[in-house]
Amino acid sequence: MQRFSIVSLARNALTGHKDWPRYWRSPKPKAAYDAVIVGGGGHGLATAYYLAKEHGVRNVAVLEKGWLGGGNTGRNTTIVRSNYLWDESAHLYEHSLKLFEGLSQDLNYNVMPSQRGVLNLAHNLGDVREGIRRVNANRLNGVDAEWLTPAQVKAFCPIVSISPSMRYPVMGATLQRRAGVARHDAVAWGFARAADALGVDIIQNCEVMGFDIRQGRVHGLRTTQGEIATTKVGIVAAGHNSVLCDMAGVRLPIQSHPLQALVSEPIKPIHPCVVMSNAVHVYVSQSDKGELVMGAGIDSFNSYAQRGSFPVIEHQMAAVLELFPIFSRLRMMRTWGGIVDVCPDASPIIGRLPVEGLYLNGGWGTGGFKATPGSGHVFAHTIAQEAPHPLAAPFAFERFTSGALIDEHGAAAVAH
Amino acid sequence: MTGHRLPSGGRIDRARPLSFRFAGRRYQGFAGDTLASALIANDALLVGRSFKYHRPRGIYAAGAEEPNALVQLGAGAYSEPNARATQVELYDGLTADAVNAWPSLEWDLGALTGLVSGLFVAGFYYKTFMWPRAFWNRVYEPAIRRMAGLGKAPREADPDLYDKVHVHADVLVAGSGPAGLAAALAAARAGADVLIADEQAELGGSLLAARGTLDAWLRATLDELRGMPNVRLLPRTTVFGYYDHNYLCLLERRTDHLGPAAPAGLSRQRLWHVRARQVVLATGAHERPLVFAGNDRPGVMLAGAVSTYINRYAAVPGKRAVVFANNDGAYRTALDLAEAGAQVLAVVDPRESSPGDLPAQVRARGIEILNGQAVAAATGGKRLEAVSIGPLGGGAARGVACDLLAVSGGWSPVVHLFSQSQGKLRWDEAKSCFVPGTAAQAQRSVGAANGTFALGAALAEGLNAGAEAAKDVGFGGWRAPEPPIVDDPKEAPPHPLWQVPGAEGRGKSFVDFQNDVTASDLRLAAREGFESVEHLKRYTTTGMATDQGKTSNVNALAILSDATGRAIPATGTTTFRAPYTPVTYGAMAGRDRGDRLDPIRVTPIHSWHVARGAAFEDVGQWKRPWYYPQGGEDMHAAVRREAKAVRTSLGVLDASTLGKIDVRGPDAAEFLDRVYTNGFRKLGVGRCRYGLMCRDDGMVFDDGVTTRLADDHFFMTTTTGGAARVLEWLEEWLQTEWPHMKVYLTSVTEQWATVSFAGPRAGDVLRELAPAVAVDEESFPFLSMREGVVAGLLARIFRISFTGEPSYEVNVPSHHGLALWEAVMAAGEKHGITPYGTEAMHVLRAEKGFIIVGQETDGTVTPLDLGMDWIVSKQKDFLGKRSFARPDTSRADRKQLVGLLPADPAEVLPEGAQLVWDAAESPVRMVGHVTSSYWSPNLGRGFALALVKGGRDHHGKTILAPLAGKTVAARIVAPNFLDEGGKPLHG
Repeated sequence: MQRFSIVSLARNALTGHKDWPRYWRSPKPKAAYDAVIVGGGGHGLATAYYLAKEHGVRNVAVLEKGWLGGGNTGRNTTIVRSNYLWDESAHLYEHSLKLFEGLSQDLNYNVMPSQRGVLNLAHNLGDVREGIRRVNANRLNGVDAEWLTPAQVKAFCPIVSISPSMRYPVMGATLQRRAGVARHDAVAWGFARAADALGVDIIQNCEVMGFDIRQGRVHGLRTTQGEIATTKVGIVAAGHNSVLCDMAGVRLPIQSHPLQALVSEPIKPIHPCVVMSNAVHVYVSQSDKGELVMGAGIDSFNSYAQRGSFPVIEHQMAAVLELFPIFSRLRMMRTWGGIVDVCPDASPIIGRLPVEGLYLNGGWGTGGFKATPGSGHVFAHTIAQEAPHPLAAPFAFERFTSGALIDEHGAAAVAH
Repeated sequence: MTGHRLPSGGRIDRARPLSFRFAGRRYQGFAGDTLASALIANDALLVGRSFKYHRPRGIYAAGAEEPNALVQLGAGAYSEPNARATQVELYDGLTADAVNAWPSLEWDLGALTGLVSGLFVAGFYYKTFMWPRAFWNRVYEPAIRRMAGLGKAPREADPDLYDKVHVHADVLVAGSGPAGLAAALAAARAGADVLIADEQAELGGSLLAARGTLDAWLRATLDELRGMPNVRLLPRTTVFGYYDHNYLCLLERRTDHLGPAAPAGLSRQRLWHVRARQVVLATGAHERPLVFAGNDRPGVMLAGAVSTYINRYAAVPGKRAVVFANNDGAYRTALDLAEAGAQVLAVVDPRESSPGDLPAQVRARGIEILNGQAVAAATGGKRLEAVSIGPLGGGAARGVACDLLAVSGGWSPVVHLFSQSQGKLRWDEAKSCFVPGTAAQAQRSVGAANGTFALGAALAEGLNAGAEAAKDVGFGGWRAPEPPIVDDPKEAPPHPLWQVPGAEGRGKSFVDFQNDVTASDLRLAAREGFESVEHLKRYTTTGMATDQGKTSNVNALAILSDATGRAIPATGTTTFRAPYTPVTYGAMAGRDRGDRLDPIRVTPIHSWHVARGAAFEDVGQWKRPWYYPQGGEDMHAAVRREAKAVRTSLGVLDASTLGKIDVRGPDAAEFLDRVYTNGFRKLGVGRCRYGLMCRDDGMVFDDGVTTRLADDHFFMTTTTGGAARVLEWLEEWLQTEWPHMKVYLTSVTEQWATVSFAGPRAGDVLRELAPAVAVDEESFPFLSMREGVVAGLLARIFRISFTGEPSYEVNVPSHHGLALWEAVMAAGEKHGITPYGTEAMHVLRAEKGFIIVGQETDGTVTPLDLGMDWIVSKQKDFLGKRSFARPDTSRADRKQLVGLLPADPAEVLPEGAQLVWDAAESPVRMVGHVTSSYWSPNLGRGFALALVKGGRDHHGKTILAPLAGKTVAARIVAPNFLDEGGKPLHG
């Protein structure tokens, strides 16, 4: 792998940038692999990278139906944070955040981790209780967290409205300073480039059509580019996990929904951090290019089509303007949708499936991007060692039988 | 010609001069001008700086496809970033500024990046800025952010209003060029209800920019359409989104063209939601640039735009012009320029010959046609100075000094809406463009949008499509009107030229002007493996600017196809996404701002609470009195007084917000048995029972009291915030799992007002107000309901309690709620009746150990965790029951509800404090958290409820709450702080 640096950039400038090598090869699939990852998004590519780097499993293929990074990896609002309530989640997401902090150097690719701070606004007494509880839990779990008063919110993010005349006034916020955003496409490309350099075959335009399962064990898969033999398959296909697992005869407790996001036209820097709000449902940040990036809740119907309905984003826009009245004359430039796979407890499934050799990393719902490196890291361990990584163990598929759910829906709105 | 404005012609109103300012200078234009046309008339072509290299840029197009001419429009609260000068209608006093230029448009320091532009190729930022690590957040990223972005957001709230319109139409026509008007005319004459929208101020589309053609037809058609009651014409309205089931969204600009003169109170923009039975897409086509070195110099313009400025606005963009085109259509521009008095130095045409009618006319005017040649480079700084013309196959080039280069690389149909509607595109090799292929919805594409570029054919196609659309919605029997006679010139086919060969070494050849993406960037990306068109877009940012690639996408695709050796159709296109042009946030939010963001729900007694100065708490959409401060009391003082009053005398609470569901039908009792953890079948008529609902995972979901009104009729109450969720949950089970059950649910939350009075004197008040109701223990026991007359009102009286005190909840029809409340206040006066809010209610119920769903529970708590096994039936089945048998749900050491008494009685623990056994442990193990915590005036101390792992086995032990700065110790006790008689427990 040619190392990227200002030096190599300058040297290539002298030759008109004609000599840059390919980021990744475009191989034909081999007849057999030690492990096959289905899904060339961030999580799948990270899994392949860590399999090769940390476990010496280099005879690996990543199969991607379309183009790598083209699913939710390239469609999210790029927020990275680890301020989750439950111990299991906090440890997993914090593991991921720590990997993010050194990811550019590890991959030799600038994934632009921008630790601008994430505010989660509270708009009612229930939100306040939940926020303070989470801050306390985060601190004791070693995750940086602060509780801010409305005045402190205003000081941290001067453009957010804390007017008492708002429909749901800001009553405070949690702040994680180490949280922020990263460049989503770069995460996929960086992992792909580094995995390819370690020998991983990334095969795009290769759709899995079925599995070869005999006596409860996986022996290979059928794809649009032929049959591939392998005894280990990691399914990391996000919105289509349920479709793939169905081919393997495994029914998942997962529902797929459209989730939309949008960006404004680029403007000069105005928004210093990431603002998230549940009660006035929206989250907003500004990209390095200057676009305001925003998202909110899912479209409530089930779908595998990557598009949602306009009234959902109109509603979210009303929420944005409630929080940021100065954005009213800005314009929405582009909208898009992804398909998120949501578990009943809003936590992912990482681990073995009831078919020997078949593993799943999915159910990330609306919040998978932040977990990309951590998810790949613990999933690679789980596949390579055939035993769950300690951080992944609580997220095993079996929890839906045992009842050990990790319910991150959080406190529902206080009801009295 | 005086300056660059023609003395006559065009559609401007020379009788109405308008003055305006751009980039600090004063100019004059006329009514009918756009900001762009007025600037051209003033020979002020330089309008902005590019995104990355800060190169000087001029007006390039004449419409929505403009990549360069973005301006900061207006000032203060009315300021608007990134307005497209080609679409800004001029008004008197308009002010605008260039974006992305500092200190000025002329002298922009950002242009220094041009010195190191050799480094700034596609994706360079992924390859560097990584060392030292801390510099990304502190140095590199802030610098990149300052350079990026275009205009500036206003710093004040928007003073304007926005509206929405929801309509149906038989036929929606998008675009009012010749094909669109023809379609609207045919459909309307047949009798269909037609809505025709066009983004421009004036309807007519390409006809407005053509010399004389069909002027009479245009006038007659518009007159006829305006006179028809079944036609709505929407100028200044962009169809920007095409969704499933022929659902389209339109943005209408109502006051932007008036500027500050706009009448107050008129909404600035309206967002139309249209459900159309048939759609006709007549959205025209965009001209493509040609890709050669320096093709972004101010003075290089699209040929069609040059013609538009001359013919429609009487503004001539240059005096010494060269035309560079690969198609016959652009020869019209040479004729228009010549007609306008400009010197046309040559038409450069890469095709070996140009035998068509238009080239013949050009030749006839003595203008030189250079076949088989191309412009390899354009030079100049803030204005084009010369072009270098040479044979396509290589050979000696010659420089030609000029101030205008009109370019045309052919036309791309505007297939955005078609593609958004999930229609499949088809590459038309002969026309070198994507055209609509298989449609997915009830729509037809016509005219240039369909690749039908010749006027006569476009008109015929429009008329047919309109008639067919009308027929499809039931207005058959009409034949399409005859098209007007048009003498279309004979044209030779275009020949694609995606990038001028040999240009690459001579300077930057731009493909996406706004995002500064060059042909070499695209080729670099392809070399590095970004072969998917979606990868190319993301890696180079081509097509991702505010114009969304209207002029660049097809050229970029063709260059990628060349670099990867694949045919264009095999390379594919990126997804066309809404909106077609950017949509104002304010218009999307409409009137759903402030108090209209979410409905405010208030009870019939609300005005009384307001008059009494209550502080309110938002509970779901409801405003509930939180506490009633008196004489400068703070919340704590008010809550102490209110809570004390209930325990010692009498308090009154407005409980009208509780969710109420009327449950009726022969299977109602069985249904309740299934959804509550406890049994309801044996509940006697007139009796009430508290019930818990679980989700299927066994976790508590809602609670409330349900009363049996008759054998087949129950009255259920839910939590205030949970009412809608509960009704949806119940309906989901009834409709999808148990459709055979005969049960009917009706929300009656707002039909009843509920006044709850509680305290030792509660019985006295009821006796006084309801003399006919027997209030003694035997005839009206706890947990029963009586119907009777209270304060002269027919009422349902429930004897239930959430405070531990004797209390009655009286329900009357909503409109009597205030009367009842006032009667209760009057009757209670002698007992010192005290209205109390939600906070005092919380204290009182917590003293008694009663839970609040959502506070003591968070979706992970079972009834058994709450110590409520007494309410969980062992006999019958119910939702969630099976989950209790799961290993984790039946664990003995789950978190359980306990009471906490801080070691220091004066301490009130913060709600949300985490609880640990050993604060010195590392990492510390959290075993629970404080769910509710208050100061109790009745106990005279702080107390709390908490969930603690295995908590019921730890009564009497001390647990710790590590807080920022200190650790608080508390003793675990049973979660009930009152004795059986409701008296405070001490010790």
